[in-house]
Amino acid sequence: MQREIPLKILVPIKRVADPDNANKIKINPAGSAVDTSGLEWKMNPFDEYALEAALRLTENGKAPKARIGEVVVVTFAGKEAETTLRAALATGADRAIRVDTTDDALDGRLVALALKALVLAEKPDLGVMGKQAVDGDTNQVGQRLAELVDWPMATFAASVREEAENVLLVGREVDGGTLNLRVRLPAVVTVDLRIVAGASVHSRHTEAAFKYNDGVRFAPLPAIMAAKKKPLDTKTLAELAPGEKLTSPYARFERPSQRKAGIKVKDVAELVQRLSTEAKVI
Amino acid sequence: MANALVIAELGDDAKLKKSTLSAISFAKAALPALGGSFSILVLGGAGAELAAEELATYGAAQVLHCVDASLTHYTAEHYAPTVAEVAKGFALLVGTATSFGKDLLPRVAARLDAAYAGDCSGVSAENGRLVYRRPMYAGNAFGSCTLDTPIQVATARQSEFTPAEPVSGASPLAAVPKAAVGAAASRVEFVSLDAVKSERPELGDAKSVVSGGRALKEKFFEVLEPLADALGAALGASRAAVDAGYAPGDFQVGQTGKIVAPALYIAVGISGAIQHIAGMKGSRVIVAINKDAEAPIFQLADYGLVADLFQAVPALVSELKAKRAG
Repeated sequence: MQREIPLKILVPIKRVADPDNANKIKINPAGSAVDTSGLEWKMNPFDEYALEAALRLTENGKAPKARIGEVVVVTFAGKEAETTLRAALATGADRAIRVDTTDDALDGRLVALALKALVLAEKPDLGVMGKQAVDGDTNQVGQRLAELVDWPMATFAASVREEAENVLLVGREVDGGTLNLRVRLPAVVTVDLRIVAGASVHSRHTEAAFKYNDGVRFAPLPAIMAAKKKPLDTKTLAELAPGEKLTSPYARFERPSQRKAGIKVKDVAELVQRLSTEAKVI
Repeated sequence: MANALVIAELGDDAKLKKSTLSAISFAKAALPALGGSFSILVLGGAGAELAAEELATYGAAQVLHCVDASLTHYTAEHYAPTVAEVAKGFALLVGTATSFGKDLLPRVAARLDAAYAGDCSGVSAENGRLVYRRPMYAGNAFGSCTLDTPIQVATARQSEFTPAEPVSGASPLAAVPKAAVGAAASRVEFVSLDAVKSERPELGDAKSVVSGGRALKEKFFEVLEPLADALGAALGASRAAVDAGYAPGDFQVGQTGKIVAPALYIAVGISGAIQHIAGMKGSRVIVAINKDAEAPIFQLADYGLVADLFQAVPALVSELKAKRAG
């Protein structure tokens, strides 16, 4: 059944230095900046998952080519990040917006203020975003945006089911279990790792028993070509958050202290003996 | 003089969470720079008064409590307006870096237009200003930032702050009214909490943790439970084990899961991916059992045993039991 008003979802995404090689980042000699040179740029994994969740929410899982609704991706970065936006468009997003700025001019407060302006202009039903970007690991933009626009939120989502028009049942990953929240749209959902499991997300067009392949979808070659023609608008940070600047500046960075490798024990008996008499932990 | 406010964390059963005591320690560490005192705010339904009385033994200037039926089950939309209202009288707002604090405090910060430093591993004073030290890049870097807003908001990583100890005397208690909520609160509804029932200690609090990787396959519990029982340890898992469905999601230890720092961490069949290491490298003693002698986990393990885990773990359980009996 076609919904009368299709769901419109805003998905903020960020490109980050390859998280699988995050141990290769360097700190400059002055300790004033993180140097990620030599690492590939990748879409923040949680944002990749948010995009997948948004796509699942705007389709019938059995017939994903017939899009039901609109997914708009937005990033805050220089022109070079348009590659990341095009990748999102190729995967299935409909439109992209790049807010021209640089990462060192941003913090979570500022991004949330700018996103508020975008939400007021775009009027989406839902913001779906990663719970955190794996570079700054700040985990705050979704929560802040929800407050700024007075929307309910469901953070760290492991599952989302569209129960009825404008109603989501969200399973949140919390300490000690899963917390189920029902939110009425418009709302903000931030996603955790398990959101891309096969049975995690169901739009109301998708049968409850339907199971996706685990993980995110990949763009076929024709979609990559077609994505070059999809709309990509540019805005400036100044027009979205006039007069605002970052308020959480970083003065310095350090590497964590490295643990040294210990010893190899020859067998279980030696292990127990050392844990008992040497480490005194048992 | 400026003061700090700690937001207490209660479980769904209205019992005080130990993570709160680490947040108190964070606030105390910030006091020399602030020059004032710390207070505690606890919100909840019936039973929250008991937690307030318990919190009165930690040396706070006052313990404020807001008890309302709509606060029985935590939702940020109901909590944030009251927290923000009370926070207006303070310079620093401190929460727990748990799924509770990480959900609530950024929302409160936005309401106060305040800057936020999440998941802090340290706080210090430099030139009279608070400097927040926090992990970034999955723990591969630490950044130190300042917060340039009249109210500063932070969450404290439990494993990095020794829990506060009770002191003599009792703090005065005071009730605060629940602040008016916004439209958001009327559009969110707590449905249920599917708590993982376990007799074992919680991962964040446990003195010992036994974690398993994908190598355990369907025998995750069969192999690891006897070892966890023998040690009184919490059970954890690598992301690979969770993704493969061998262990539940909230077992995950790592930068994107739980950060733990027990006295003893035993990694069984875990290769040592960067993001897993970020979640356990603060442990005092690390033991790795893996049949691959080249596994990266051995580079940081205090004691490494290169062995087939399906033989080594049962043997370890027997040895521990024999030691206890002897």
